Amino acid sequence: MTGKDVVLSVRNLRKKIGRRDIIKDISFDVYAGEVFGFLGPNGAGKTTTIRMLVDLIKPTGGSVEVCGIDVHKRHNEALRQVGCIVENPELYGYLTGWENLEHFARMIPGVTVERIREVTEIVGLDKRIHDRVKTYSLGMRQRLGIAQALLGRPRLLILDEPTNGLDPQGIKEMRQFIRDLAADGLSVFVSSHLLGEVQQMCDRVAIISRGRVIASGQVGELLSALDRRVVWRVEPFDRGRDLLARQEDITVLPGEPGGGVPAVADEAYEEADGMAGIGPRPIVTRMNPARIPQLNAMLVRAGVEVFSIELKHPSLEDLFLRLTEGESVG
Amino acid sequence: MVSLYSLIQNETVKMLKKKRFLVVILILLVLIPVFVYAQMKIAEDVRRQFGTDDWRVRTQQQIIDYTNSLASNRVPEEWKKWRRVQIQLLQYALDHNINPQDPSGVTFARDFMQNAMSLFIPLLVAVISSDIVSGEHAAGTMKLLLTRPVRRWKILMSKLITIVCFVSLIVFVTGVLAYLISGLAFGYRGWTAPVLTGFRLNGAEVDFSYVHAVPQWLYLLMQYGLAWYSNLVVACLTLMVSVLVRSTAAGMGIMMATLISGSILVNMVSTWESAKYLFMVNLETVVYLTGSLPPIEGMTLPFSLTVLTVWALAGLVISFIVFTRKDILN
Repeated sequence: MTGKDVVLSVRNLRKKIGRRDIIKDISFDVYAGEVFGFLGPNGAGKTTTIRMLVDLIKPTGGSVEVCGIDVHKRHNEALRQVGCIVENPELYGYLTGWENLEHFARMIPGVTVERIREVTEIVGLDKRIHDRVKTYSLGMRQRLGIAQALLGRPRLLILDEPTNGLDPQGIKEMRQFIRDLAADGLSVFVSSHLLGEVQQMCDRVAIISRGRVIASGQVGELLSALDRRVVWRVEPFDRGRDLLARQEDITVLPGEPGGGVPAVADEAYEEADGMAGIGPRPIVTRMNPARIPQLNAMLVRAGVEVFSIELKHPSLEDLFLRLTEGESVG
Repeated sequence: MVSLYSLIQNETVKMLKKKRFLVVILILLVLIPVFVYAQMKIAEDVRRQFGTDDWRVRTQQQIIDYTNSLASNRVPEEWKKWRRVQIQLLQYALDHNINPQDPSGVTFARDFMQNAMSLFIPLLVAVISSDIVSGEHAAGTMKLLLTRPVRRWKILMSKLITIVCFVSLIVFVTGVLAYLISGLAFGYRGWTAPVLTGFRLNGAEVDFSYVHAVPQWLYLLMQYGLAWYSNLVVACLTLMVSVLVRSTAAGMGIMMATLISGSILVNMVSTWESAKYLFMVNLETVVYLTGSLPPIEGMTLPFSLTVLTVWALAGLVISFIVFTRKDILN
């Protein structure tokens, strides 16, 4: 599409375990130097797919190629180009960080002591590298895991939920770190169940649900096609609500705070509830943000006082609803 | 290509850092003195009982005791059979003026291995090798091992060679420690003392036509060689259990139950003839050197070695097939 090198190419991947089709049909490409997000709810088949990417599981059908080399037929050559962390960064707790790196360095041809030192510096672990791994915090283990993955100067880095369990500071650092790696020409494949994360970190994304890719493309493009949630706080409440509800292509979401706890409360209401006492009650709508100025003008003309208009980030659920319209989402 | 040598180096580092081998050495260091002390007590008792240090008198007395017990109706037929054999052996030793129990460090090392080879040493082997594969699954590090550019069979081969090395080391260290520690009590001589071997059994009759005396060092070498081989077989089967059973505790339990049931069976199955095809009944190959009755009639040294070899090979074939094919799902 963009004429860039394809580093990872997945075609019609399928996996059946027992009688269940875990992975039904997954295809996508990852290009050189990009961060590729692999997004889906827990249980959608992300980890199973990743395991097939690195030859831990043999697929029932389809192919995985790294730099044009089939992972399942030419294991050694293909995986020479790949560094990965599958699920948690599990290393040998009874060895030191350095010994762990030495251990994995011996398993890749041509990794020198200098390279071990280099990756230690890249992930910023030089101070604690000679301590036992079992004394490391989760963030440090994550970094050691990445150091291990970088040892063989791979062209593709596969990370499974890299920010899982990290504190906010750690998440921020990890994001920046991944972007930096991609800037140096490495392709990074990142799985996540958080849309916000993929949005902030990835260039392109494939969204999977129930073992199928249901959408893929530039993150921005996918999101801009979405209706967004807008939270209005206006006075008088009923009049404003009626006016908004009367507009076409705007949905006022249910969830009347006055009528007790609604059966199907929208999450935006819950969030807005947390700000109770600040201005009028919220009205949550689903609409195209481009219409906001127009509606604002309309409300003002009608004598309704507008206190705030808040644009919510689209959630993964929104995206899913849109992508699987009609089909039920589990 | 990643050489097998560096993989073995990895496994050895892990084995040593896990401190399992240290535990084995400590067990030996604690238990051998206990047995040495017990042996000294026995010797003291015997001396008090017979009032002499002359082994000829003692042996004569032993023969008389056994012969008397043969007349008793309350002694089970199997014991009688064993005693008849013992009487013949003692008589032969007496006739040829060869002390069967010349007390020395070397004799102790010989006796110790004779008693330890079918249960004690196999348990130590199980301690160091039962988690060699399952432990990596439990810790999650298996995923990292198998996503390196190294073939799966090579990884398992490196683990196999490593446990073979450690089994050899255990047998060797056991001998050295038994000799060194018991030498403090019994003296360090006895390398050249003659030991009778080459007995053949025809039912309860001992065939003496091939019996000859060998220096004790040679006998020790033969005996430790047989013990080494038996324990190699145990190691191969432990490896198989480790590949097949995810949980290290369960794997260790299976191996221990099997080995202990083996030593129980040896004492009770003489009438169940097909039990001779079980590997655990065949572990005590030293009985063929000493001329004692084998657990089941008709078992010979070549037979036992063949059974052991077949079991080991079957275990290895299963291990390699399962290990190279199985999907790593957790």
